[in-house]
Amino acid sequence: MISLYVNGKKREVEVGQDTPLLWVLRDNLGITSVKYTCGIAECGVCTVLIDGEAVRSCSVPVGDIKSSKIVTIEGLPENHPVKVAWIEKQVPQCGYCQPGIMLQTVDFLSRRPNPSAKQVDEALNNVLCRCGSHPRIKKAIQMAADLNRK
Amino acid sequence: MKTDMTRRDFLKKSSLVVAATVLSDKFFLYNASPAIAATGTAFKPHAFVEIATDDKVTVWLGQTNLGQGTHTGIAMVIADELDADWDKVEAKMALAAEPFKNPHANAQFTGGSTSIRSRWDLLRKSGAGARQMLMAAAAKEWGIDAQKCRTEKGKVFHPDGRSFAYGELVPKAKELPVPEDPPLKDTKEYRIIGTARDRLDIPDKVEGRTVYGIDVVVPNMCIAAVARPPRFGAVPVSFDTDAAMAVKGVLKVVLFDNKIGVCADNTYAALQGRAKLNIQWTSGSHPDLDDESLDRQFQEDLQKQGAVTDSTGDAQKALAEAAVKLEGSYKVNFISHAQLEPINCTAHVEKDRCRLWVPTQGQTWSQTAAAKTSGLPAEKVEVNTTYVGGGFGLRVTTDPVVDAVSLSKTMGRPVKVMWTREDDFANDYFRPGSISTIKAGLDKEGRLTSWSHKVASPSIMSGLMPEQVKNGIDPSSLHGIPDMVYTLPNRHIEYVMMDLPVQIGFWRSVGYAINVFAIETIMDESAHAAGKDPVQFRLAHMEKDSRPYRTLSLLANKADWGGKVPAGRTRGIAVGSCFGSSAAHMAEVSVDRKTGKITVHKLVCAIDCGPAVYPDAIAAQMEGAAVMALSVAFHEKVHFINGGVKTANFDEYQLLTMSDVPEIEVYISDSRHEIGGVGEPGIPTVAPAVANAVFKATGVRLRELPFNRKALISG
Repeated sequence: MISLYVNGKKREVEVGQDTPLLWVLRDNLGITSVKYTCGIAECGVCTVLIDGEAVRSCSVPVGDIKSSKIVTIEGLPENHPVKVAWIEKQVPQCGYCQPGIMLQTVDFLSRRPNPSAKQVDEALNNVLCRCGSHPRIKKAIQMAADLNRK
Repeated sequence: MKTDMTRRDFLKKSSLVVAATVLSDKFFLYNASPAIAATGTAFKPHAFVEIATDDKVTVWLGQTNLGQGTHTGIAMVIADELDADWDKVEAKMALAAEPFKNPHANAQFTGGSTSIRSRWDLLRKSGAGARQMLMAAAAKEWGIDAQKCRTEKGKVFHPDGRSFAYGELVPKAKELPVPEDPPLKDTKEYRIIGTARDRLDIPDKVEGRTVYGIDVVVPNMCIAAVARPPRFGAVPVSFDTDAAMAVKGVLKVVLFDNKIGVCADNTYAALQGRAKLNIQWTSGSHPDLDDESLDRQFQEDLQKQGAVTDSTGDAQKALAEAAVKLEGSYKVNFISHAQLEPINCTAHVEKDRCRLWVPTQGQTWSQTAAAKTSGLPAEKVEVNTTYVGGGFGLRVTTDPVVDAVSLSKTMGRPVKVMWTREDDFANDYFRPGSISTIKAGLDKEGRLTSWSHKVASPSIMSGLMPEQVKNGIDPSSLHGIPDMVYTLPNRHIEYVMMDLPVQIGFWRSVGYAINVFAIETIMDESAHAAGKDPVQFRLAHMEKDSRPYRTLSLLANKADWGGKVPAGRTRGIAVGSCFGSSAAHMAEVSVDRKTGKITVHKLVCAIDCGPAVYPDAIAAQMEGAAVMALSVAFHEKVHFINGGVKTANFDEYQLLTMSDVPEIEVYISDSRHEIGGVGEPGIPTVAPAVANAVFKATGVRLRELPFNRKALISG
């Protein structure tokens, strides 16, 4: 039995230590906002926050998590600046990649509260979005940064 | 009056059910089932629209939500004609059913940028018809003539100011006859169409609540990973069932159709089980096929005699007499859809029914495939369309349906078939590679007098819709050539249909992106040879005031074509028409001649799709298409080896990243032209606009996708 702390709650799962966190969240805990896309940490779609840091859940064995705190998109309040900005800028198209990108943004803005356009680009170069929502992601990140400062 | 079995499942969920059918382009409504009407509590004058006693308006959709915004757009059209209160409108995906079939094709699908344009009258009339019935119901209550009533924001008003909310009128309205041909609003009366609205599906997507195909959970289901042949025509020789079964959670190993399914309690067990199979496959039908052999075959086949179509005048004679002759050879490589949600399908086959939960763009084809695989009649197959994590044309295919239905039949329980990213690349229906030559001739005045265009490529339609292929011509392979935006007197069009084992299919804008790249590149070359401005040269060869003419003019104006260009940058332009709309792009670039790196600083897009129903979604589609087309222009190429696909995951298939996404401006011409498509027209003119700007900077013509940037390195 493995204990996990997800979105402020303690959850217990019966899985092998080597099972990727992605599948535990999706299959065992039913948190399907965490998406599978590449399985090799290339795309960023499965990103979750582990102790505040954006991590690709497909490549983290669940046994390594220990007592760290996991946050998925459901763990952010509805009025979180990133969520507000994503709606205001009408970012998602298919939306499949967005929870991962939003969580990576949360981590990024926590370290760079006042980012330049170039810093945004560089911080988000390692995530994939096939619909091409990039122009709106850039705008939403700047808006979220503005909201954070207010 | 026909009522068929296919519709019955849908009808059961309806109240007053009036189905729509369309013969050729004519619209009419008919009351399919008054008996069912009596049992319902809501007012449902058409399969598309339902009004509840609490005033809620539900727009039922048969078009797949791929993120393109049509769920909101369709709801906007119906709500506007209905004069609904937008705050009370919701959009819901319906089970696949007859009324949702494309009026111009006997199938329900989402493709060809048709969701709204194929139903423009139908959608409006379903809203307008419902509104008329509500007005009639109110008028009857008040004992006045319905003509004296007016509607606004979900209410019918008496001339004296009294009103009924739509919900209050439901019990009366549902008893009334459905008008056959309700009048439509004048454009000036639109209150919702053409306005800024938030997309209805975005809050759930931001909250992570949206259920995509991959997220479907059905009680008692198991998960399956399927090993598919790694090479064209390969079959399994041996595999280790015991090793797979030894993985905790694996339930069964199933050999079917030369594929091996591993069914398990959970996804990770299914994947691990499959990895343990240690399958030995035969070398397949084309063991020597690789990048080089494909290149050779493209070159060889281009030399072959092809089938000639849509030719006019005498291009050969005109070329011989031309003052200036140009020739260009163009090559486009195989590319992947690379949609982020991997292919999947959940199926539950029971004794007398089969249910599917599938992120599909092709409901009818999914239903047919499930019927064939399950042995049940099509009307016993229920298709639940989930949200879709990217489609781009791939999801009209039905491979995962066959897998899931086969395995559910064997397992006797619901099965979700999950593809991995590696499965997706290996089994994609790629956009075909294509090779072409264009010979163009200009007279002394710099007018094009001759155009010979020869294409060699494998045929999508031969595999997916063979009835579309006639006399050796696959129209999709020549998209954009017979229907080019220029009027030319002497034209020769020839097509060599290649026979390759590579699986190919529809990829956003299909053949247009391939052929318009070649056309718009040599048009630029021709303008240059004629010493003319690229915009003026193009306009001079178009029908004046035609849709592409006006679109290019709009672009030139908005992009300040001919204006001052920032130092170190150059501009290129391209225009085209497809799927009922015209689009044009202006790219502003700089080129680093030391590295060959092209930087696109700015991309300006113009689109004329006729009435602009949902401007922000059009803008989003144009932005997304620009990013996708730049990605193709700069990076994308599928590799082949040993008779199969070599490219396996995103570490070998680069997509455009944030730093390379330029500033994008979109201008929408809300024109009086006929309504056109939006999803696809933004793709084809991006790459040639960039290539033409690069020529301006370097004098080097880029004639291959992705661009061969080595050619730009100098000094």
